[in-house]
Amino acid sequence: MSLQHIDRSVVIGPQNGKAGERREWLPRTLSRAGGFLSRYGLLLAFLVLWQVSSRAGWLNPAVFPPLDAILGALWRGIVGGALLDDIAISLQRSGIAFAAAVAVAIPLGLFMGQVRAVESALDPILQLFRQTSALALYPVFILLLGLGEASKVFVIFWATLFPLLLNTIGGVKEVDAKLIEMARVYGASRLTVFRRVVLPGAVPSIFVGLRLSATTALLLLIASEMIGANKGVGFQVMNAQYNFQIPLMFAAIVLLAFMGLFANYALVFLQRRLCRWSEPVN
Amino acid sequence: MVSIDFAGRGEVTIRELSKSFALNGRSLTVLKGLNLDIRPGECLVIVGASGSGKTTLLRVLAGLETADGGEVLIDGRPIHGVGTERAVIFQEPRLLPWQTVLGNVAFGLEVRGESKAQAEEKARGYIALVGLADFADAYPRQLSGGMAQRVGIARALTVQPEILLLDEPLGALDAMTKISMQEELARIWSEQGVTMIMVTHDLEEAVYLADRVLILPREKGAAARLVEIDLARPRDRSEARFVRYREELLREFGLH
Ligand SMILES: Nc1ncnc2c1ncn2[C@@H]1O[C@H](COP(=O)(O)OP(=O)(O)OP(=O)(O)O)[C@@H](O)[C@H]1O
Ligand SMILES: [Mg+2]
Repeated sequence: MSLQHIDRSVVIGPQNGKAGERREWLPRTLSRAGGFLSRYGLLLAFLVLWQVSSRAGWLNPAVFPPLDAILGALWRGIVGGALLDDIAISLQRSGIAFAAAVAVAIPLGLFMGQVRAVESALDPILQLFRQTSALALYPVFILLLGLGEASKVFVIFWATLFPLLLNTIGGVKEVDAKLIEMARVYGASRLTVFRRVVLPGAVPSIFVGLRLSATTALLLLIASEMIGANKGVGFQVMNAQYNFQIPLMFAAIVLLAFMGLFANYALVFLQRRLCRWSEPVN
Repeated sequence: MVSIDFAGRGEVTIRELSKSFALNGRSLTVLKGLNLDIRPGECLVIVGASGSGKTTLLRVLAGLETADGGEVLIDGRPIHGVGTERAVIFQEPRLLPWQTVLGNVAFGLEVRGESKAQAEEKARGYIALVGLADFADAYPRQLSGGMAQRVGIARALTVQPEILLLDEPLGALDAMTKISMQEELARIWSEQGVTMIMVTHDLEEAVYLADRVLILPREKGAAARLVEIDLARPRDRSEARFVRYREELLREFGLH
């Protein structure tokens, strides 16, 4: 690097400048490729190993079909529209449940975190509900709401509510009391303290809750679709397995993995935008 | 250059002030029958052994604690809670980590209802005053301890208080930074004409900054002592009389 700098500063001129650029371009590309390899190398190796083992017959291709077959099934499912309905209904179920959980848990958590009496009265019951697996309650919800959409959406809502609620409460309670006192010294009203200190201070913790909830939403989505549904990506996984359409089964699994990755990526992106202040320098 | 005329304002009168806390079911008396007149524009430094009630006194003056007995008057009027004529600088900078230096310094004025633009314009003046003009857009995590403390000082000055209350503001700084910050505080105090009431553990700091030093007694109810520091400013730490004042304070603590 330093040698190139010397090289460049000594030989000035339009033609040589271009040559210098070209000389820098190659190492930069190489180092990027190196970074890519160190991050995704193992994943690539795994995929290659899968493909080769399946094609060569080291793995039973009936159980582990080659990747091109899986991707082919995925492609046909999406382009042919067979999987589109499932994706839409799955997104709708988890989306409604997640949105409802956000709409309930964040305002409620912000309120509970600030009013000690409410929080300490509700905490034991919250802990109990949280420890009771939502999946175990699914039969109860089916009993109450029937086997249709309502019980599915509700079980996802129920499971996503608690991580978000508890993290929001935790975030509010952990806001530095010294900062609140500082704001009070400047004459801030309760509302101003909330808006300028408590809310921004709780945002990182709320995002932890959002990401946990998104993961939970997907988990419950799949489970509820496997139990009693005739549509949805989770249903497709089970259904394809029954019908021994193994590539389609894996295609649905890949789809679910991508939905999870995408949800997480979207939340990380949002968090970066909102919490730029907490990022390490560069 | 920002500066306002505070002449004749910022007078603090403390009458028979008492404060005790409930501690493990017992009552712990921290301040008892304290009387003190603090002159407008004076720099009063409070020293005393750990636990002697320095922070408690400052918090009562700030309006963050209520006294059990006696009263505090500011410019002749009794105080009720926090007030806009007072600002506090704590031992820690207490900056909002999600706001830039500019946002933090403007915070006090914004809370008091000034428009963001107006608050930020004034804030810039005080950021320059504490020597951080190049860091207006930095976030607190990007600042050193001394810089962060200066942001806290600028924030307090921006609301143009009559009375500045400081609780060991330089306590967490290294020796070199501390000395330059003491000089900066002395300069700011003389330029702004604000009444300054400051708690410290550092007797040299006390002699360097104070018009008078208040020594809180260890035994509750014993009279607090006042030492007038009669030295010209800016003060010279190596001067014989400076050293003698320091020794006098040490003797008050029974340490010399
Ligand atoms: N909120 C409180 N509740 C109970 N006791 C308190 C409280 N605040 C202070 N005290 C007690 O009051 C006494 C004086 O405390 P204070 O913080 O004023 O001392 P200080 O002089 O500032 O000490 P230091 O030099 O260590 O900062 C201590 O014994 C402390 O335990
Ligand atoms: Mg103290």
